[in-house]
Amino acid sequence: MRLAWTIMGFCALVILLAVGLRLNPREVPSPLIGKPAPPFELPLLLAPDKTFSQKDMLGKVWIMNVWASWCPPCLVEHPIVTRLARSGVAPVVGLNYKDAREDALPWLKRNGDPYQLSVFDAAGRIAIDYGVYGVPETYVIDRKGVIRYKHIGPLTPEVAEKKLVPLVKALDAGS
Amino acid sequence: MQDLDKRTQALSAELRCLVCQNQSLADSNAPLAVDLRNQVREQLAAGKSESEVKAWLVERYGDFVLYRPPFNAGTALLWGGPFVLLGAGAWVLARRVRRRREEQARGLELSEADRQRAAKLLE
Repeated sequence: MRLAWTIMGFCALVILLAVGLRLNPREVPSPLIGKPAPPFELPLLLAPDKTFSQKDMLGKVWIMNVWASWCPPCLVEHPIVTRLARSGVAPVVGLNYKDAREDALPWLKRNGDPYQLSVFDAAGRIAIDYGVYGVPETYVIDRKGVIRYKHIGPLTPEVAEKKLVPLVKALDAGS
Repeated sequence: MQDLDKRTQALSAELRCLVCQNQSLADSNAPLAVDLRNQVREQLAAGKSESEVKAWLVERYGDFVLYRPPFNAGTALLWGGPFVLLGAGAWVLARRVRRRREEQARGLELSEADRQRAAKLLE
């Protein structure tokens, strides 16, 4: 009887630790999933006299990628973002985060510009509205302007192929 | 102004820095923590209450930013766990004490065989 209790207690502890230690504390679940994308109107990185708003994308499924020239992981995911954008699965909009034009523009020239356009969030205010805390981050926003998915950290080929692309296709199909 | 500094400081101490998760917003010098602290200060200056500022942050970053998370289904184990453990401990202890007391009480009553054996020894 006592042995049974001890074994049960031990198993409970093992299960608790197995689940608890496998959770990634860096992955903070975003409360923004399923909510309308926070509104903004920001100047374009390439054309400071023009602005872009999340409203301009209503009716389209699109991907928003938060990046900065000072962010090494952004360079790591850059080929994946480029491939995603070239595949034409959805327009990819860049949110250039707390960067300077004189750094961001050469970065795009050096590494290629996969973005349909990039907006320039020098103060990082809009990024805060989007709950950004670790660049790069990637969002999928549906036709009604609702955030459907958020990836924190550099995109991997697995995430792009197994999560992003299928989700965008499903949203495009109208579900 | 000093009052505003104090309120900003007190509130930031209750909020978690998302970049360096084991520090509060007040302690961290990560760029995002500085930005968020400035936001907290600005919003307090604009007349928002502490709970309104917290709600503003939770809207963006979730309950995770709060060092004192609210009680809900996800945090029930966190808040209730210690009390459950305390209750379980008390129950085990009570059972043990009761059992020992029963054993002791029983120990005082000699069976007929014991009595005869004792009588033999005393002869």
